[in-house]
Amino acid sequence: MVWLVALHFAAAGLAPALVKVLDRRAFWLLALAPAVSFAWLVPQSLEVTASGEAIHQRVTWIEPIGLHLDFSLGPFAAVLALLVTGIGALVLVYCSWYFRPRDPEIWRFAGVLTGFAGAMLGLVLSDNVFVLYTFWELTTVLSFLLIGHNPDRRANRRAALSALIVTTFGGLAMLMGLVILAVETGTPLLSEIVAAPPLTGGLVIAGVMLVLVGALSKSALVPFHFWLPGAMAAPTPVSAYLHAAAMVKAGIFLVAVMAPGFADVPGWRPLLVALGIVTMLIGGLRALRQYDIKLLLAYGTVSQLGFLVALSGTGTRAAAFAALSLLVAHALFKSALFLVVGVIDRSVGTRDLRELSGMRKARPLLFVTSAVAAASMAGIPPLLGFTAKEAAFAAYVDLGSDLGWSTFASRLALTGIVVGSILTMAYTARFVWGAFADKPGVEPCHPRAFSRGFSLVPAFITAFTVLGGLVGAWLTPRIATYGEAFPEGAHEPVLTLWHGFTPALWLSILTAVAGLALFVGRHPVAAAQHAIVDRLPMPDADRSYHALMRGVDRLAVEVTGRTQRGSLPFYLGVILVTLILVPGFALVRAWETPQVREIRLADNYLQIAVGLLMIVAAVLIVRSRRRLRAVLLLGVTGYGTAILFVAHGAPDLALTQVLVETFLLVTFVLVLRRLPPFFSDRPFTVMRWLRIGIGVLVGIFVSAVALVASNARTATPISQGWEEPAYTYGGGKNIVNVTLVDIRAWDTLGELSVLVVAATGLASLIFLITDRAGNVSRPRRIVTPDSNQWLAANLHDDRRSIVFEIVTRLIFHTVIVFSIYLMLSGHNSPGGGFAGGLIAGLALMIRYLAGGREELDNAAPVDAGMVLGIGLALAALSGIVPTLLGGGVLQSAIIDIPIPLLGELHLVTSVFFDVGVYLIVVGLAIDVLRSLGSGIDAQAEEEADEQEDEVVPA
Amino acid sequence: MSPNLILVIVVGVMVGSGVILVLERSLTRILVGFVLIGNGLNVLFLVASGPAGRAPLIDVGEGPMSDPLPQAMALTAIVITLGVTAFGLALAYRAYQLTGTDDVQDDLEDDFIRRRAERDEVSTTFDEALPDEALPDEDYLDNDDVGVAADAETSVGEERRR
Repeated sequence: MVWLVALHFAAAGLAPALVKVLDRRAFWLLALAPAVSFAWLVPQSLEVTASGEAIHQRVTWIEPIGLHLDFSLGPFAAVLALLVTGIGALVLVYCSWYFRPRDPEIWRFAGVLTGFAGAMLGLVLSDNVFVLYTFWELTTVLSFLLIGHNPDRRANRRAALSALIVTTFGGLAMLMGLVILAVETGTPLLSEIVAAPPLTGGLVIAGVMLVLVGALSKSALVPFHFWLPGAMAAPTPVSAYLHAAAMVKAGIFLVAVMAPGFADVPGWRPLLVALGIVTMLIGGLRALRQYDIKLLLAYGTVSQLGFLVALSGTGTRAAAFAALSLLVAHALFKSALFLVVGVIDRSVGTRDLRELSGMRKARPLLFVTSAVAAASMAGIPPLLGFTAKEAAFAAYVDLGSDLGWSTFASRLALTGIVVGSILTMAYTARFVWGAFADKPGVEPCHPRAFSRGFSLVPAFITAFTVLGGLVGAWLTPRIATYGEAFPEGAHEPVLTLWHGFTPALWLSILTAVAGLALFVGRHPVAAAQHAIVDRLPMPDADRSYHALMRGVDRLAVEVTGRTQRGSLPFYLGVILVTLILVPGFALVRAWETPQVREIRLADNYLQIAVGLLMIVAAVLIVRSRRRLRAVLLLGVTGYGTAILFVAHGAPDLALTQVLVETFLLVTFVLVLRRLPPFFSDRPFTVMRWLRIGIGVLVGIFVSAVALVASNARTATPISQGWEEPAYTYGGGKNIVNVTLVDIRAWDTLGELSVLVVAATGLASLIFLITDRAGNVSRPRRIVTPDSNQWLAANLHDDRRSIVFEIVTRLIFHTVIVFSIYLMLSGHNSPGGGFAGGLIAGLALMIRYLAGGREELDNAAPVDAGMVLGIGLALAALSGIVPTLLGGGVLQSAIIDIPIPLLGELHLVTSVFFDVGVYLIVVGLAIDVLRSLGSGIDAQAEEEADEQEDEVVPA
Repeated sequence: MSPNLILVIVVGVMVGSGVILVLERSLTRILVGFVLIGNGLNVLFLVASGPAGRAPLIDVGEGPMSDPLPQAMALTAIVITLGVTAFGLALAYRAYQLTGTDDVQDDLEDDFIRRRAERDEVSTTFDEALPDEALPDEDYLDNDDVGVAADAETSVGEERRR
């Protein structure tokens, strides 16, 4: 079964390509997917409906959480699956005539419609509630796309949106309900939930009711019914398939499948029967007022869906039997009628029954098709609609004895469906008359010629309506299999053209006569309906929905306007205050435990001295109004941090911290030379005190965290036993470095990606050009005219320093060699890729400071992006290559290579990872220097030139 | 394990000062605050990692070793701080170039919504009244009637030829 669904999705994926090649004829190939499924399902369904035993299939998916693709084909699902695939195939064939040749939009439409057929089939076949929900929402989304097929009109977008919102709302409610039921019963399998249902407990009742909200919204019942007429914005094949045969039946399907287990849940029967009948009446009354024949059918569908929900929710054997029969009948006649409307619409160009005239003579085949299908809708013998409706009447006549309902209640329900059927008869007559009759005073229509196949599709479907009415005896046992899940009732239901003179027969006659009378007297009826409906203060569902949505929109604007003020300090303040309040509360509670109070002053005097210095510097930074002062004081705290690292016994950290701090300090100064020397004044003193208050509280909070966290460190540290594996597996004596490139190499890889992104981002902020590589990389050597041979390029005379140039010349290469040494030796002693890369970056920085941006290009005649890319690729490769050799990701190997004369090379493969780190840090450095150094230089010079140009003409 | 008081105070002061600066509007101050917070939190790693010891190098020195894992974490944090701060500096420079100040302005979109809320405006998506002709309609034929007719005829012709 899973293959059938997959086949649909594969076809949907191919659809755009097929449409490109075959244009609208691609629909014929796409129709193969449902057609093949139909052919496969026929023998299976015959077997299932004969034996009553469902076929189960499980595809293992996510074993640990017990989520599998469970499919099952029960008696009800089998019939519905046949309808979904059969009508799906025919509708796709019909599409090949419905659309214009070379329609630029159908590639998308074809894919979505085929995909929808797959989702619908998956929904009907799925047995796992979560799989069911997935397909359920998939149909919702795809139907949204289909309704919004022509999004140019605002009304269409609106209709698609309300369908989406209403059915998604229902779907979410249903998901909650399904989760409750799955948890309460301990299984996600729908068949097992229904087989052993827990009937008591408020939670179960709530779960069932939530599921029903989903079912009712999908099947367009009051009060959710308004989305369905709006959905008529979809192309007519979609209306025929989604809104008559398939999707709206999903709700009926869910009710019908759950009814055997849950019909006795308090509230189930009254809710479904009452809402079903009310929907049936409202839909019928509305249908009588429509002029658009497609909208007339849409309201008719609402009415029939109400009927179906009432029947399938009743929970007696006879009603269940009637529900399934009527479901088949409705799918056949309603899809045929919609397809007829599509033909009329395409050939005449209007669907307004005041403009249609003379179609009976112009299109006799179409007329016969619609007359037969409509007769089935109205319940006229010898058609399937008649036998099904008789079964429904018979079931409701016995309501009192089957369910023990009071005479009043059962008679009221019976009256409801009889009145509903009378309205059905009346709007059916209105439809046939409206579409085909010769109307006095109306110009007869002259429909365009179309391919014969176009009108043959509805005729073909209608043939089954006739056949179904005639072979009632063959159908009865097959449909009755589903009903056997319910206790035996007062009569055994049967589909037959002649029952004898039963109450059902008299009711059928009454329905036909009264319905025709309503049609004949349509003018006074319409006037009366107008008069009554316009006076009643009836709540209009569509209006209420829109009022509700306006309210939500309004609320969203108010809430957003109040909370999302767009001010960064405000957002940060809220986050920090939350930090103080929520985890702060937990800290206060933790304070009460005794072990927190142990404390020692310091490990050594160095810590005290440096700590005090840093505290002073930090306070002075806050008070400083000069940018440069703040940055220099920041450097004090940074170097102080490095000394604290030394005092703690962390040479690697100290080394990196010193290098980073130096690099950062120069970078800050490079930018600050272009910014004003003082910070702008902030006059609001209240806000300043507030900021200080938050800062002090956060500081106290973090100190408290430090106290609690270090006291909470009672377990043995995970790194306690790292010494030995670091050497034997990681091949290095510097445990910190082995941690970076081996034990926690994933972490480092993530960090490298961040660095690459930051470097690329900052370069793109300064060089506002997309083609960076072509403009920046200058491999040739630039020699300035006033070069003194120490450096190839020089700064202008007033800024250059000969001593600096000579020193740079002397130490640059040494520093680069040292940086490589530091990278390679980092595995065994302090150093590594980060430190090495930073030192190389500082060397480049010296070249830039001594010789300007030309000298930087001489020093690094490469594109920074290239360096970054090679570094990241190298790091990633050194992670992947071990897996190709059968190891784990980022695993390192130790190889000893004997080299003549020099001895043995002790090579640990993680050194390649470290080389990647080195290159990325160098790339970052080049990007920083080029952007914040050279880039800003160039822009400053340009501005200076411009100013000169302005001065000269003046 | 008892914490080191002086380091705890250093962490508190540095993070607190950093927070005050980060709450400012000037991007330079925000970045200085950011680095300050970063350094403070790196020291927090030291506090939480236990007492000082010898460097975590095998075969070097005597006595208990300091914990290498928090050091590795802090090392990556230091370098990340460098990358992010450099990016922030580029942002500050760019902001100054465009607006003449490196102050962070209020977000324009958010401000627009705030003003809409003050004016009690709503979107028109869920308006009450739509004009009557705006009923949902697939509107297939209105597009180009002539084209449809011509296409229909050719398609019939094609059918016949087959």
